[in-house]
Amino acid sequence: MSKGAFFGGVHPSYNKDMASGQAVIEMPLPKELIVYFSQNLGAPSNPVVKKGDEVKKGQVIGESGGFVSTPVHAPTSGVVKTVENRPSPVGADMIAAVIVPDGLDEWVEGCNVERGSTGLNREKIKGLIHDGGIVGMGGATFPTHVKLSPPPDKKMDTLIINGAECEPYLTADHRVMLEDAESVLDGAALFAGVIDVKNIVIAIEKNKPDAIITMQRAIAGRSGFTVAEMDVIYPQGAEKQLIYAITGRKVPAGGLPMDVGVLVQNVGTAAAAYEMIRYNRPLIQRVVTVTGSGIKHPKNVLARVGTKFSDLIEFCGGVHGDTAKLINGGPMMGIAQHSLDAGMTKGTSGLVLLREDEVGQFVSDPCIRCGNCLDVCPMTLNPSALSIFIERMRFDDAEEYNLMDCIECGCCAYVCPSKRPMVHHFRRAKAEIRNKAKKAG
Amino acid sequence: MLSAMLNAIYVLAALALVASFGLAIAARIFAVETDPRIERVEEALPGVNCGACGFPGCSGLAKAIVEEKAGVADCPVGGENTASAVAEIMGLSFAGGGEKMVAMVLCRGDDEVASKRFYYNGVSDCSSAALIFGGDKSCSYGCLGLGTCAGACPFGAIEMLPSGLALIDPEKCTGCTKCVDSCPKGIIKMVPASRTVHILCSSHDKGGVARKACKTACIGCQKCVKAVPEGAIVMDNFLAVINYDMEIPEEVADECPMNTIVVRRQGDLAATSVDMQTAVGGDA
Repeated sequence: MSKGAFFGGVHPSYNKDMASGQAVIEMPLPKELIVYFSQNLGAPSNPVVKKGDEVKKGQVIGESGGFVSTPVHAPTSGVVKTVENRPSPVGADMIAAVIVPDGLDEWVEGCNVERGSTGLNREKIKGLIHDGGIVGMGGATFPTHVKLSPPPDKKMDTLIINGAECEPYLTADHRVMLEDAESVLDGAALFAGVIDVKNIVIAIEKNKPDAIITMQRAIAGRSGFTVAEMDVIYPQGAEKQLIYAITGRKVPAGGLPMDVGVLVQNVGTAAAAYEMIRYNRPLIQRVVTVTGSGIKHPKNVLARVGTKFSDLIEFCGGVHGDTAKLINGGPMMGIAQHSLDAGMTKGTSGLVLLREDEVGQFVSDPCIRCGNCLDVCPMTLNPSALSIFIERMRFDDAEEYNLMDCIECGCCAYVCPSKRPMVHHFRRAKAEIRNKAKKAG
Repeated sequence: MLSAMLNAIYVLAALALVASFGLAIAARIFAVETDPRIERVEEALPGVNCGACGFPGCSGLAKAIVEEKAGVADCPVGGENTASAVAEIMGLSFAGGGEKMVAMVLCRGDDEVASKRFYYNGVSDCSSAALIFGGDKSCSYGCLGLGTCAGACPFGAIEMLPSGLALIDPEKCTGCTKCVDSCPKGIIKMVPASRTVHILCSSHDKGGVARKACKTACIGCQKCVKAVPEGAIVMDNFLAVINYDMEIPEEVADECPMNTIVVRRQGDLAATSVDMQTAVGGDA
């Protein structure tokens, strides 16, 4: 089964071979971990530990702050050094627990215990996925249990396990599929059971032929599974684009995948959910790709949530002298970092380090109306007009031009000959529009 | 030839005559009653359509005043003169309002004294910059200096100093509060125009953190609090804040070890501007 076409998209240099051949290596425990209490999209969790508390691996340190929220667990056993605001990799400072590991790495009672399949009904599985702090590990960190709770009037028929990994440089999902295919499929089967679908599609871009073969072998003997070989185009892994490419269905503007009967979950999320259901291990570690020409030894690292960027970089042999930029995530959607003291989160799929000659400094010129951005926008928006509206502070007009449907993939900025910081404009305007809506009640 | 021209002229003249009668009648029948005071009030208002009153432009406010949905002193820009002129039209008395308020940027941490955490090369706008780790300044409360407030000011009262700081001219400031709303850091505050002593810092960071980020930050030492009558300067979470209801002696500025407290007399903005740059070693 070969699938591909959605409208638009770009072909950036993928540069995945730097790390794709590197087997996942578990990183030894660092000296301290910075665990943010906001590890998911939605409400942050509420801290339930304080300075000086002893914690065990897997112990809940932050309780769920609402329905669209997940608990946060201690990634290892140790002592809480402090609970305070720390620089975060995604924006402003966030409240975090700084945990000093005691080196014993002892599980809290009840965790890391194999669970039988008896008594595992849908609600129980959903509850466990929430309790395990499972969030979308493709980067958006949307709480998984919420995605698994479609209203009863939505008829679900397809589950897509997203292994497209269209973001350049990153190879974390690729390695998970190669090395942990069974967990991914078992996790997928659990998701399918919860939402009661029979059709499970594993979507992989064609630039990962080894992952396609591995998955094809792994699904042999399982019913309902297919592997879809996706065309190599960015943003193939974006939820709405992937759904269209595979099923031909369009998620309506402002809608969710469940509106067209589809659930999309990242491969890492599926594996993490399986770990939780089968072994009662909450989400406290993940595979991170540390790559780019700036790092001495690009690696795929299995690291604890909260591992500081500086520790990850050190584990990968440090940086070359002229390294100029560190990006949390991939180069298309990631955020450039200013501090190595931030800790990785459940959504940190990779760190990309770039050298000076790869980092451009641009001056934003006026829009020349060439229309390149209209050709590549996978949401068929008009980025050119949007950016001009926003420059003139006409946020109402931008909203009318469906700004809120922008998925911030960055294709428009990638092709813009005037080097306009399109996504930055859009994020700013979205924030303004949301604030206005909040003020209006 | 001539007759053809004349014919055309006659026809058009006749049409014009008919149309004008038609319009005259329509104007009588469909006349909309408007209060003549609306126009007079609108003329009395400043006419800049800044929207600071919350109504759509000066005509919107004029209509609201005449319909008694707004008060005669509701134009924050016009001041007492406008208010009394409007009151006269409305046949009301205007007793004189409160003191004139002007906007002030409570930060003097320009590029010379305040350090930066990273190099920002994004959209040149404070709201955009604030989305990325809260901006490039080490001090998370500091003026980002990209001029969003200057763009929002309808009166050209805000100057962006080359050193990366917004400076508001109290002479030009009309107190419309547009800049107050535009600042993503929320560090522009309204102060009484007659007052001279100001604390130009908004940082609630603890002393050590604040000092590291900016050489003119309030470090919460409380020297000023002790030098003035009780309650004239109060501590709010490591930041000294002036209580403008009380008189404050100008000498208190000498007490401040960080030069955070400034004295700005009316009319010496230009001097202050130069003074600020020389004081911090800039190229005035």
